[in-house]
Amino acid sequence: MDTTTQNTEQPPPTPPEPASAATTAEEGRAARGATRPGDRVFLGLSRGSGIFLLVIMAAIAAFLAYRASIAIGKDEGNFLTTMEWNTNVDPPVFGIAVLAFGTVISSIIAMALAVPVAVGIALFITHYSPRRVGGVLAYVIDLLAAVPSIVYGLWGALVLVPHMEGLFGWLDTYFGWTGVFEWQEGAPRSLLTVGILLAIMILPVITNVSREVFRQVPRMHEEAALALGATRWEVIRMSVLPFGRSGVISASMLGLGRALGETMAVATVLSPTFKIHASLLDPGGGTFAQNIASKFGEATETGRDALIASGLVLFVITLLVNGAARMIIARRKEYSGANA
Amino acid sequence: MAKRIDVSGLTAFYGSHKAIEDISMTVEPRSVTAFIGPSGCGKSTFLRTLNRMHEVTPGGRVEGKVLLDDEDLYGPGIDPVAVRRDVGMVFQRPNPFPTMSIFDNVAAGLRLNGSHKKAELGEIVEKSLKGANLWNEVKDRLNKPGSGLSGGQQQRLCIARAIAVEPDVLLMDEPCSALDPISTLAIEDLISELKERFTIVIVTHNMQQAARVSDRTAFFNLAAVGRPGKLVEIDETERIFSNPSVQATEDYISGRFG
Repeated sequence: MDTTTQNTEQPPPTPPEPASAATTAEEGRAARGATRPGDRVFLGLSRGSGIFLLVIMAAIAAFLAYRASIAIGKDEGNFLTTMEWNTNVDPPVFGIAVLAFGTVISSIIAMALAVPVAVGIALFITHYSPRRVGGVLAYVIDLLAAVPSIVYGLWGALVLVPHMEGLFGWLDTYFGWTGVFEWQEGAPRSLLTVGILLAIMILPVITNVSREVFRQVPRMHEEAALALGATRWEVIRMSVLPFGRSGVISASMLGLGRALGETMAVATVLSPTFKIHASLLDPGGGTFAQNIASKFGEATETGRDALIASGLVLFVITLLVNGAARMIIARRKEYSGANA
Repeated sequence: MAKRIDVSGLTAFYGSHKAIEDISMTVEPRSVTAFIGPSGCGKSTFLRTLNRMHEVTPGGRVEGKVLLDDEDLYGPGIDPVAVRRDVGMVFQRPNPFPTMSIFDNVAAGLRLNGSHKKAELGEIVEKSLKGANLWNEVKDRLNKPGSGLSGGQQQRLCIARAIAVEPDVLLMDEPCSALDPISTLAIEDLISELKERFTIVIVTHNMQQAARVSDRTAFFNLAAVGRPGKLVEIDETERIFSNPSVQATEDYISGRFG
């Protein structure tokens, strides 16, 4: 079979049947004059849905901002820098410093661990493994994505945490001098453990999206590299990775979104404290989502407003991260694989 | 530089399907050889066996010998990656690396081949772009992406990329089929210049093109759909188009195929 030459052959254009040609011409004339009822209904429905979505978003944002502003108005501490969360006293004292630190650090750890592994798995499935093995592997990864987060949390608390002691001891022995990996005492319910658990949780989504992107690399780009005498790895470096770059960034952002907002798994594994620890191995710290889940049940009116305020900050952080990712993608748009 | 290709008894498969059968021919150095024939006759497949690109298709398999001067490309211990560095290829659709600048596109093959000093790299890139008749059009925007060029310019960029590594042979798989007549003319002129330095093999659906650019022409045909393609005859282009020795060739060239 001569696959490359087939594209040049186009089927001869089939002439339209005379009868139908006449009716389409008539309808065409009618359509230019008056809108048909079906079109009007569909236009109304789709436009209505769009407006409805905007209204709901605006209503949620307005509600959150209103409740948050009440809480921040009452706050005796500095909302951004106070390392305390005491909303049951009058006046309340609370701040998001610990939560912001914990959320960002655990997500960075998760991303640093998950993205390279996910890209590696995606490349293996699309470019290295036999088709059958790749299919099975892709299926298993999909299963990982289907596990509920509370199950990850239980596994993390019951299995991962006890097994982290060995790693923590090793890190403390060899890298303890940096301060970041100093382990004094306590069960390893720390930000590092949370980060590792989050990495496992966000691995499937990054892998799956990256896999799809790598699979869509046009054959002709890979052949361009092959024909120059590129090895398999060089083909990946020259054509697959550059083409998939923006897709991998988008995939990572999806994963990061999940890591930033993950609630139950973090709440189950972490032993929360309102203190910023210099060492990633010290038990304690907290994240926005975990703090809301742990405190919402027994919070007073003011307490709930304070938690809503912290949720707003998480929302803003997510927006900023997404915006940054879009900027990275846009900055090299003219070199993007999508132009090919 | 510019080696002779000697093919004997070459058969290529896609899985269990035999795409081309028992092809033997010789391609002289510093000449242009054109492959013509109906779609599906295996001329592109055959072209791709000459730089071991056929086997990257899943199920692709080759039997027979391809000698480049005296070296068998399918001999034991021959690395297909090394073969492709000696036998360059230009494809049907222009395929510059979309994420690379014009300069980096031309330098891509050189960088694969190991370290080159920056000044030396610039020299080779300029020489290759001049060799592809593209230098004057792009010399002020070497750092702009290659995908911003017109189709014809992109194809000449791909030719520059292929000749930058000084291959022994240059394979062209319908290099003009996606281009307008003016760009096609530019590529054909280029082919005539390049044959001073390289052995060129070109697949084309355009018989006038084969008549214009090639020294020798090979006609491929297949007995029926699903049957393997075969080499019907190869001869001086002039003879193929005026007085071919096989009736099927004359039928195809004069438009009476089937």
